[in-house]
Amino acid sequence: MTEGCGAISRRDVLKTSAAGAAIAGSLGPGGMAMAQAGANAPPHMPVRMEVNGKPVSLDLDTRTTLLDALREHLKFTGTKKGCDHGQCGACTVIVNGRRINSCLTLAVMHEGDTVTTIEGLGTPDNLHPMQAAFVAHDGYQCGYCTPGQICSAVSVLEEIRAGIPSHVTQDIGKAPAMTTTEMRERMSGNICRCGAYSNIAEAMADVAGVKAEGVKA
Amino acid sequence: MKFDTPAGTNPIDRMRVVGQPTARIDGPLKVSGKAPYAYEHHDVPGKPAYGYVVGAAIAKGAIRSIDTAQAERAPGVITVVTHRNAGKLGKGRMNTANLLGGPRVEHYHQAIAVVVAETFEQARAAAAMIDVDYARDGGTFDLAAAKTGAAEQGGENAPTAVGDFEGAFASAPVKLDATYTTPDQSHSMMEPHATIAQWDGDGVTVWTSNQMVAWGKKELAATLQIAPEKVRLVSPYIGGGFGGKLFLRSDVVMASLASRAAKRPVKVALQRPLIPNNTTHRPATIQRIRVGCSRDGKITAIGHESWSGNLPDGDLETATMQTKLLYAGPNRMTAMRLAVLDLPEGNAMRAPGEAPGLMALEIAMDEMAEKLGMDPVKFRVINDTQVDPEKPDRPFSQRNLVRCLEDGAKRFGWSRRKAPGQTRDGRWLVGMGVAAAFRNNLNQKSAARVRLNASGQVTVETDMTDIGTGSYTIIAQTAAEMLGVPLAKVSVKLGDSAFPAAAGSGGQWGANSSTAGVYAACVKLREQVVQSLGFGQGEATFENGTVRVGNRSADLAQAAKAGELIAEDAMEYGDLAKKFQQSTFGGHFVEVGVDRYTGEVRVRRMLAVCAAGRILNPTSARSQVIGAMTMGVGGALMEELAVDKRFGFFVNHDLAGYEVPVHMDIPHQEVVFLDEADDKVSPMKAKGVGELGLCGVGAAVANAIYNATGVRIRDYPITLDKHLDKLGDVA
Ligand code: FES
Ligand code: FES
Repeated sequence: MTEGCGAISRRDVLKTSAAGAAIAGSLGPGGMAMAQAGANAPPHMPVRMEVNGKPVSLDLDTRTTLLDALREHLKFTGTKKGCDHGQCGACTVIVNGRRINSCLTLAVMHEGDTVTTIEGLGTPDNLHPMQAAFVAHDGYQCGYCTPGQICSAVSVLEEIRAGIPSHVTQDIGKAPAMTTTEMRERMSGNICRCGAYSNIAEAMADVAGVKAEGVKA
Repeated sequence: MKFDTPAGTNPIDRMRVVGQPTARIDGPLKVSGKAPYAYEHHDVPGKPAYGYVVGAAIAKGAIRSIDTAQAERAPGVITVVTHRNAGKLGKGRMNTANLLGGPRVEHYHQAIAVVVAETFEQARAAAAMIDVDYARDGGTFDLAAAKTGAAEQGGENAPTAVGDFEGAFASAPVKLDATYTTPDQSHSMMEPHATIAQWDGDGVTVWTSNQMVAWGKKELAATLQIAPEKVRLVSPYIGGGFGGKLFLRSDVVMASLASRAAKRPVKVALQRPLIPNNTTHRPATIQRIRVGCSRDGKITAIGHESWSGNLPDGDLETATMQTKLLYAGPNRMTAMRLAVLDLPEGNAMRAPGEAPGLMALEIAMDEMAEKLGMDPVKFRVINDTQVDPEKPDRPFSQRNLVRCLEDGAKRFGWSRRKAPGQTRDGRWLVGMGVAAAFRNNLNQKSAARVRLNASGQVTVETDMTDIGTGSYTIIAQTAAEMLGVPLAKVSVKLGDSAFPAAAGSGGQWGANSSTAGVYAACVKLREQVVQSLGFGQGEATFENGTVRVGNRSADLAQAAKAGELIAEDAMEYGDLAKKFQQSTFGGHFVEVGVDRYTGEVRVRRMLAVCAAGRILNPTSARSQVIGAMTMGVGGALMEELAVDKRFGFFVNHDLAGYEVPVHMDIPHQEVVFLDEADDKVSPMKAKGVGELGLCGVGAAVANAIYNATGVRIRDYPITLDKHLDKLGDVA
């Protein structure tokens, strides 16, 4: 990847992250205006993040999503691309403690951010409790939605504990209850076409230390 | 090894490993993001370039001109492949439309170009610079309008008739004649079709996502017009298929062509918005069902007709197949007719035929039970048959449909079900529904290689695939049982055409067929072990890592001291499937709530009771069934590819527009497997469940909605607009 002089002038414009988001976003998918305006090379920008506890620094085509930065540049392919359009949740990662769809955000917007992917939660020999619960409850089939489900599941339990209400919270003046209905509602942005939902709910209930609704004792 | 007489007692019957609920051996890799899917093979030598596929913007016609000059000059672009420079291509036997279109365009979003660049972003940007001038032809896109011109087919899809259907139906005291429709559906598996291709001389290796490795290899060779030996296809992990990855698709062809042109590895993933129109889908059906009964509820006449459409030379959706076998009745007919449509290619999606067929038939059974004033469980029970109704001297190998239904009714609290519209829970109208599940068992030849090394480690190699079905684990369980070793001593290598050709994953034949192939190879390995240990004749027992013949015994590992033992064999099948009808059965029970103000449907409870022979791994089998039940809810309530009948394409071609069930749509699901072993199907005595689990679910949901509302909807999906104005006053 080479840098054109067009990129350097752009970089100054993109210095402040708010403006950077707006400009990079508006030129996202097409990108032609930038490519043609510059010296025939797409604008690049450096970005530094902490990914799974390690500092990384990249020099990226500004159109690169956080998802593609993780998958194609850093080889963290545990994070999946199911749609690239914010429709499926397969690309869910945890950024600064909050889950997001990494396909819907440009990597260069994450200067200084802390990113946790499925690889950062645990390894085959040392699984995170949520990963272990997915194995124990068979909370998957093909496994393609699974890293996104697990990143979401970990975050959802934290969101409920933090008192963040959802559409199914009966009384938003009170702390939401740790129920599988709350979990299901909050997990609904993560599609599993293999249909492991019932098992995922049980895996999450297990980690949360509650009983899954509907399960006979 | 040939399976041509019913299985006797064999080592699998011990069921120390097989049949035990077992966590997937590939689980830790999957939950930690370490299982490599098609686009993720970082060990491919050389730095891959990125391919971006351009789909045709018309449904039918021709490319008058295609201008790629600007794209070729764009930053980072290496090459652009279109029909002009792709070289001569063939077509796989199983493909209806060409995988690279141009100049002729056969369907919307047919691939017409692939742009190859150093980065994904560059390829995507350049793809938008390609300028195509089309000559658009008119086409036929409306099944209902094309129905009158639809034609009957020959062979196994030909019409069937037994007795005098017309006469018996005309004179039946209780009759139903109703028409049902099911829409086009999309597999929408979560992993897009994706491939990395790399050429080495005149041979190509593709790392891809394909359910049928041996088919894919042959079809790619036919398409590229090279010898099959020149193709290696690798597909160790597959992010869902549901039939959408049974066949060679454009990602493989475009990656291969791109790599040949770019002279380096190229990776291509079909963009999600291309998938519904570029790949295959389950075709829509129109189905007419006529049932005639005596007053005591015995079926005297049953007729099922179906209409579906496809591209020229395409196949029909075999929606009437189950009706030949599911219920008794002396006078019967089925007929399927195919209309030519210019929509994208229709092809197999999970339980092709039975899934849409039972969506209709099992509503019809519910309607008929109501006309008879009979409980729908009882109506099905009294019309059970233990023989093929078209050939009464041909029994079922095993058929426990009645037990599935009666057991399920008891467990589900079916006796609490009231007449339609009678159960309320606050604002919710509550109803229960039932449907029979039925899907044939198919066996396919399947081969495997088993190795034993000096440390007693067993390795199984076969080109079988695991599409989430749990193949890795059941294959390991089979080898562990046959060789008397713990699961941890077995490693399984799948999805590489360099391995012996297996059954692959389709038609719910994968589990039984692939493990039967491993069984055959293990039988051979056991013989080699006994010979290597010099134990001579006699019954050998393999257990706890030791081998015993008479009073002689040794460590299994001992047999491989002088060198690794390698056995390869395949399981083939005789005519037991002709002598005995081999099928799987189930009963689906569903409770729904329908909001009486908005018409919104929520599924409250689901139960499936399945009879499918020996269940090899109850953990993963249960997951297949709950996943299928989930897909069935989608089919009942939301899934529909909306056809633009003017321009001929599916409008809602992504995961935002094509709605599938999400977490909040699905309650806790119960699954019960009857304790069975079917000795007529294979030494494993197992049948499939992956498609059975879907069969009938849609109708059970539809029947539950009817029981809740008293409003019968015969057109899927049952969205609230279809019944809202009939739900009655709420004041
Ligand atoms: S890949 Fe990001 S939501 Fe689907
Ligand atoms: S496990 Fe396959 S999509 Fe969820």
